[in-house]
Amino acid sequence: MDGDHLFEDRTPGVEEHEPTASYLTYTVGLGFAILATIASFIVAQTNLLWPPGIPVGLIVLALAQIGVHLVFFLHLGSGPDSTNNILALAFGVLIVFLVITGSIWIIANLNSNMMLMPAQ
Amino acid sequence: MTIATMDRAPTAVTTELAHGRGGGGPASKRVVVAYGFWIFILSDMVMFSALFAAYAVLSGSTAGGPTGAELFDLRNVFIETMCLLLSSYTCGIGVLSAERRYPARFLIFAAFTFVLGAAFLFIEVTEFARMVEMDTGPSRSGFLSAFFTLVGMHGLHVASGLIVLVYLVAQVIANGLRAPVLRRLLCWSLFWHALDIVWVGVFTLVYLMGAL
Repeated sequence: MDGDHLFEDRTPGVEEHEPTASYLTYTVGLGFAILATIASFIVAQTNLLWPPGIPVGLIVLALAQIGVHLVFFLHLGSGPDSTNNILALAFGVLIVFLVITGSIWIIANLNSNMMLMPAQ
Repeated sequence: MTIATMDRAPTAVTTELAHGRGGGGPASKRVVVAYGFWIFILSDMVMFSALFAAYAVLSGSTAGGPTGAELFDLRNVFIETMCLLLSSYTCGIGVLSAERRYPARFLIFAAFTFVLGAAFLFIEVTEFARMVEMDTGPSRSGFLSAFFTLVGMHGLHVASGLIVLVYLVAQVIANGLRAPVLRRLLCWSLFWHALDIVWVGVFTLVYLMGAL
């Protein structure tokens, strides 16, 4: 019986346990998210970054903020209860990636192969 | 040795719940419910990804009409972003208070969440109305069709989230913080946080990059 307790659950969401999420978790997450948001708006409206690199910088900041939200607000962690959720998330990210990059790739290809007929 | 195994009484069946590694029987209902709802959220994300893809493809097709840089008011977008982010925070604090059985604190934070979400929606609807008035509605160009579809779909999700929040607050008032109500609150908070994640994509890809 003791073996069961070796794998003590640390992920919030189980009624019998004290949730590991705390007000502090949310507050720290909020702080990080606000920092990332303000940084995005500053980067977009100033020349703080090398101008051609601004879109890349914005995407990096957005991904960082999404990560903050997932960890601090949605409590996706390394706990055993999160395993299934992380796997499902990985599959979802794969589909989202395929849909977005696939659409952009295909339509860009179509556009570049489009023959522009001269007006008759 | 736990007391349960030493005590041989037939009623002393161990009711230990599983903790995600297969041993000890099925996972608690709460874990299962949250997982199922997580799958729904991911399918919602897949739908949003199609709208993001459509926007990315159509964002240059302005048909001689205004571009994003001419239309977007980044000050408003910043206020909207802060409203949604703070409402995500108050929603998390509120659900945590509910889990720790503080109904009054839950109600206060639910009210904050509602007000912030409604403020977000109000700013968005005002912006849409202004754009339609200036003859830059969804029928103006492919870019604007994609813009209104993507941002409008997010707005619809926020509106439905607010309606469900009112419904859940009514349940808490009528039934108290019982386990089924707490599970619904947990699912609703997952939904609300996920909407904020979508909004991160919207303000980055649509507004900030559109205004470059």
